[in-house]
Amino acid sequence: MSNHINLEKRRQAIYGWLMLSPAALMLSIFAFYPSGATFFSSLFSKHTRRRPSEFIGIENYNDLFADPTFWLVVKNNLFYAAITIPVSIIIALSMALWANSKIPARGFVRTAYFTPTVLPMIAAANLWLFFYTPGLGVLDQIGSLFGLPSVNWLGQPETALWAIIFVTIWKEAGFFMIFYLAALQTIPEDYKEAADIEGTSRWTYTRRIVLPLLMPTTLFILVNAMINSVKLIDHLFILTKGGPSDASKLILYYIWEMAFAFFDAPHAAAMTILILLVLCIVAAIQFIYLDRRTHYQ
Amino acid sequence: MSKLSHYVETAGAILLAIIWISPLLFAFWAAFHSTSDAVNFNVTSAWTLDNFRIAWDGAPWLKYFLNTFLLVTIVLIGQFFFTTLAGFAFAKLEFPGKNFVFILVLMQLFILPEVLIVENYAMVSRLGLFDSLFGVGMPYMASAFGIFLMRQSFKSVPIELHEAARIEGCGLLGILWRVYVPLAKPTYLAYALVSVSTHWNNFLWPLIVTNSPDTRPLTVGLSIFGAPENGVDISIISAATMMSVAPLLIAFLVFQRQFVQAFLRSGIK
Repeated sequence: MSNHINLEKRRQAIYGWLMLSPAALMLSIFAFYPSGATFFSSLFSKHTRRRPSEFIGIENYNDLFADPTFWLVVKNNLFYAAITIPVSIIIALSMALWANSKIPARGFVRTAYFTPTVLPMIAAANLWLFFYTPGLGVLDQIGSLFGLPSVNWLGQPETALWAIIFVTIWKEAGFFMIFYLAALQTIPEDYKEAADIEGTSRWTYTRRIVLPLLMPTTLFILVNAMINSVKLIDHLFILTKGGPSDASKLILYYIWEMAFAFFDAPHAAAMTILILLVLCIVAAIQFIYLDRRTHYQ
Repeated sequence: MSKLSHYVETAGAILLAIIWISPLLFAFWAAFHSTSDAVNFNVTSAWTLDNFRIAWDGAPWLKYFLNTFLLVTIVLIGQFFFTTLAGFAFAKLEFPGKNFVFILVLMQLFILPEVLIVENYAMVSRLGLFDSLFGVGMPYMASAFGIFLMRQSFKSVPIELHEAARIEGCGLLGILWRVYVPLAKPTYLAYALVSVSTHWNNFLWPLIVTNSPDTRPLTVGLSIFGAPENGVDISIISAATMMSVAPLLIAFLVFQRQFVQAFLRSGIK
């Protein structure tokens, strides 16, 4: 009997590893090995025709920390995150509360909120170009109705990053909305009825009952929004290319530029490692909170 | 009072909806009007298809469409293959080292392929896949997210079905193929919708790995076509944009419920 169990165990182990190995191989080639290789190459100098690349320790990191553009880009990205994350969460929540309440044209409202989600970021950027173009753009034309002067939204350092931020919020809010919408639909009707009997105002009901019940969803969305604030940069290629004078440049775009426009792979690698560290922190936050969630359930 | 606030909220919801959809509506309108009519908002001006004709002649769109279509197909087939096998192993088999590997897979959720562009580019070149659709698709095939999704789905299959199939003499792969895969159809559908719309829209990685019109997907083609250096005017860019988003957008509007369900299912892990 124990022999039989042993055999079954062995069979499962063989099958398990056989079935896992294709995916494990792919993940090694395209995630784990590149992560290690990125770290490795961030410790070497740039390979040029005159000088072969040599080990220079943390020199590349020191260069980055001494580079004012790097700090500007970090600051831009922090600002980008600090605005897009809370604003898109708040808008997503309002959208969900509205799309879940009994209002006319609810189908249209939901579709309108969600549609930007299915567009490519490049297409979204093209759509917004039509809004931002100075003189001809929709925003300028609306402004001129009120006698406001023409603004070059994408061409001046004060507004370029805001223009980028707005497109990101527009793109992701509807996506986050559906998670809130799903969570709202799991809240039992009884709570609302009980609150009504108690004479609770809608605002109090939303704040004291609904929002706490939405907390797990908010955390999930928060993690996604954090990842997006690193990853959503496609529109930069169309709208500003990081300009003017780096005012709207974000880290991932800078990595791309460093590696594929300036051909400086070691510094790009060093920056990649820094981003991976930040993503690790985000991962840690998620794991800690997910753990807590399961404890309560 | 509550009636008033209901009206205010309804107005707010609809106003926000109009703001949210307006970029798309403006582009749609501009795509069908001459540039001067579009920028002056001549509501009464004539509709025209000229922009589409000019845009269509300006780039090998048919090739781009085909590339994108092939790309999402390749990625999807690859993802189904890799994530089904790995998801099943994680869900239903016991073997030493499983939990450790699972944590490694979870870590990959945060090592975004987008971030590793430099080394992935080197890897794809080394494998001789630079400027090929396989090169674009491969880094996404063994998606950690997909493995996770399939694992969840397979876990919910009752063990009785598994046992019954085994007593009938079905091997492990047979059980996977005849019992688990059919039962996971809704998950596959959801995953397919999310995957197709993600890769239809993906830009940065294809931009790096493709270098010729023969492999370029729509998003990259569109970005080159609309680049300010090319001096293409707004109506024509709008027409090109409309053209390239049309298939996915129409599919979304027709199968809206399925899309939203798919995104939800894939989000709630």
